[in-house]
Amino acid sequence: MAELQLRPDGRLRHFLSIEGLNQPLLSEVLDTAESFRKAAFQQVRKLPLLRGKTVINLFFEPSTRTRTTFELAARRLSADVVNIDVAASSTTKGETLLDTLRTLEAMHCDLFVVRHGLSGAAHFFAQHAPEGVSVLNAGDGRHSHPTQAMLDLFTIRRHRPDLDRLKVVIVGDILHSRVARSQIHALNLFGVPEIRVVAPATLLPVDVETMGVHIYNDFDAAIDGADVVIMLRLQRERMHGPLLSSKDEYFRRFGLTEKRLARARPNCLVMHPGPMNRGVEIESSIADGAQSVILEQVSNGLAIRMAVMAMALGSRDPGEGKA
Amino acid sequence: MNQVIRNGRLLDPARGVDQVGDLWISAGAITAMGEPPGSFEPDSEFDASSLWVMPGLVDLCARLGASPDQETRAAARGGFTTVCCPPDTGPVLDSVAVLKHLLAQTADSSSARILTIGALTSGLQGTGLADHDTLLRNGCVGLGNGSNGIGDSHVMRSAMQTARSLGATVFIRPEDPSLAGGCAHDGPIATRLGLQGIPASAEAAGMARDLALIEETGVRAHFCRLSSAVGVQLLEQARSRGLPVTADVAMHQLFLTEHDISGFDANCHTRPPLRATSDREALIDAVRHGVIDAICSDHTPLGVDAKLAPFADTEPGISAAETVLGLGMRLVEDDRLDLSTLLAALVDNPTRVLGRTPAGLSAGAPADLVIYDPAAVWRCDPDEFISDGHNSPFSGWEFQGQVVATFCDGRQTPATD
Repeated sequence: MAELQLRPDGRLRHFLSIEGLNQPLLSEVLDTAESFRKAAFQQVRKLPLLRGKTVINLFFEPSTRTRTTFELAARRLSADVVNIDVAASSTTKGETLLDTLRTLEAMHCDLFVVRHGLSGAAHFFAQHAPEGVSVLNAGDGRHSHPTQAMLDLFTIRRHRPDLDRLKVVIVGDILHSRVARSQIHALNLFGVPEIRVVAPATLLPVDVETMGVHIYNDFDAAIDGADVVIMLRLQRERMHGPLLSSKDEYFRRFGLTEKRLARARPNCLVMHPGPMNRGVEIESSIADGAQSVILEQVSNGLAIRMAVMAMALGSRDPGEGKA
Repeated sequence: MNQVIRNGRLLDPARGVDQVGDLWISAGAITAMGEPPGSFEPDSEFDASSLWVMPGLVDLCARLGASPDQETRAAARGGFTTVCCPPDTGPVLDSVAVLKHLLAQTADSSSARILTIGALTSGLQGTGLADHDTLLRNGCVGLGNGSNGIGDSHVMRSAMQTARSLGATVFIRPEDPSLAGGCAHDGPIATRLGLQGIPASAEAAGMARDLALIEETGVRAHFCRLSSAVGVQLLEQARSRGLPVTADVAMHQLFLTEHDISGFDANCHTRPPLRATSDREALIDAVRHGVIDAICSDHTPLGVDAKLAPFADTEPGISAAETVLGLGMRLVEDDRLDLSTLLAALVDNPTRVLGRTPAGLSAGAPADLVIYDPAAVWRCDPDEFISDGHNSPFSGWEFQGQVVATFCDGRQTPATD
């Protein structure tokens, strides 16, 4: 997948999955995001980097925070942005995904931000995108959500730069989570020595340990001594069949409570990609508490998405960019 | 019409035939090998010098798509002289009308003999029984449910009871549909790619249930397109108990694994899915030891749009007819199978599964032959397939040995146009 994501000179063309990208390039994403974050604090609202470029936000699944931050990121970089909510558009009239792509290409845009319910959809778009058009994956099925993983890593790194000493626990619906898959790749790539996953047996993907994680059944054991705990949303919309017992039982076994958090390291970071189910995944007092960086994750998402857009579209050669 | 195939290596290990000589055909049947039978005046001659002359291959599963005639030419190019079409055609082969329509399209022009398997349940829905007796009377050689599993055990039991009473073989693709909602083997690759898995237990659960019903009803059953080591194990146990069961595997399952779908390669989207390397090894071993009787193509010609979508939305299947023999010969080259085992799995055993007596290269047998050039080297280019379907994961693979022509009932089909 590396070949698909990189230009011949090794720079980023498409951002589809963490898997297949190298650590130096992802460090560049984090460092670029850091500079954008500073700019935002200095009240420099708009940068001219993508002036004259057109970004299409193509969302086949509903989204609030991801779509909004991608849109804001593009505007902050002075791009023109078009939002297309495809859930209510042509594909429901029977148009194939490829036809949708071709139609939009004919409008001469430079970058697609794609979210789709099927794993591999962003790869599919990238495989069929013409020269000069980049594709950013804003979440494909259960597969990948690379900007989310980068903003999570960015958030962790800001608080705990000693990534090579951290214990990170990821809790909940791993099976359906593109966020978890991307996080696992990113944390491993940045040398986090211990990644633990905790999930109901029915929500744990088969052979997940081959991705470089330790599996725990018992949240209390997993959180013991943790530096970061990442809670995942139960993706009920993707659940078919008997995967879960009651919400109460789920909360009792896998919910993050004050009592559980006390077993972690002091100042353990509490994260959640949102949207949260309070009282099911996480106790409200923790979500709003001092250790929670959940809102910071959202702010950082803007900087990360600016960085990835700038890197994918930023051309050193003025002739490059349009085929 | 009298024909002679001159100077070929006549090769039929099952009957101990391996000699260079002439093969004489009269009225579509082999009349003699070596010396001509009495006063034989050939109307046509085929020079098979330096070529092999083998019995034509028999495919237990080939879908004939929208142009059956063309697909039989593709099959012939692959070395097949008999192809067996499963009922999961569009429309489903569950009525005499559909059956007659299919056969009418190819009546005079077919390059290979077409046999059909009638639907076990109406519309392959797994709820009501199709008209088994009518389908069998009109020429179906067995009954099956295509790739659709039958979830309801009562329906399966009734279907088997009926088939048993009619003396028919049931062709079962063993799968518990409630476990088979995914699109890839439930293993590390599906986990990485975020694809919904189909566990090997889907095959095992379906098969275990079906074996219990086979034992009870006494129906003769053939398991189609096994994909897993656990399936092989269940088959082996059943046969050692003396149950009347046989099985086949698709050739691509002996080569590809779950790793081939990395990068979301839709040409490797198959049903059943490509499984783990250990499954592939178990399947090859099972063919080698005769536990799996036959190798089929599972030929599924698809239009180009069928594979142009994100992986889960693509249609499963491989346009396989034209690469089966090349792949099989590679197993021989690699010492995974010997030639006689390969040919048994492609000729005699599938013939027996179809309830017929294999005759191979012997006097009186139908002149179903494949003429094969063992020295030819070719590179697979799906765009050059005769089949309408260019959906092949074997693009670019190099093969040694190529079909030159086939004869079906003495009727010659050249491998190239």
